[in-house]
Amino acid sequence: MTTQGRPVFLDLTKIRLPINALVSILHRITGVLLILSIPLVFWLFQLSLAGPEGFEQALGVLGHPVGLLLLLGWLWLLMHHFFVGIRFLLVEVGVGETRKGGRDTAWSALIAGIVSAILLWAVFL
Amino acid sequence: MSVLSGQRAWLLQRITAVYAGVYVFFAVALLLARPPADHAAWLALITHPVVGLATAVFAVLMLLHAWIGLRDVILDYVRPFGVRLTALAIVAIFFLLLGLWALWILIEAALR
Repeated sequence: MTTQGRPVFLDLTKIRLPINALVSILHRITGVLLILSIPLVFWLFQLSLAGPEGFEQALGVLGHPVGLLLLLGWLWLLMHHFFVGIRFLLVEVGVGETRKGGRDTAWSALIAGIVSAILLWAVFL
Repeated sequence: MSVLSGQRAWLLQRITAVYAGVYVFFAVALLLARPPADHAAWLALITHPVVGLATAVFAVLMLLHAWIGLRDVILDYVRPFGVRLTALAIVAIFFLLLGLWALWILIEAALR
């Protein structure tokens, strides 16, 4: 299905991403990383339900410095995917289709994801 | 893959996204409002009929959502037919196992 002679430009170091493209590719990347996290999340969920000891062990894993760092990263994955997902659904029903509207909603979703992840993490701390 | 092609996958991706988004919103709100203090409270919360059922539905729809998403990624980037088919098959088995695991966790919790 390749069309001969069509110009192809895929130099990733030279491609400048507008904000809407940035949140979009981050939506895909966060989605894939969230999928990779599923086994870990299921394991923690199962451990936390197994019994009083398991519950404490699960909290211990999350409270460990490495666990806390992973938790912050994971919360950002989830919140970014959540807010950019809402943005996509809104764009599909016609909200923010202008150039400015698209940029505004992209920035809003990006910032909302970062801020809510930090806030939820702070509450857990 | 014909049962999950084109518009049907697109629509299913949106429907599962809406359910998963609403579930995450309420889950976060509930955990913020009433953080479970110990195992007993946590188990009681998860095995509450409404929460348990909502969570089981979430697990299935979220995995379906993730499956469609990863399938789109594979269809975008993995071109050789054999490699693509192998990747799709591995992903399908991966998600089926995760689905069984999720339901097992919830049933196990309900019987505890």
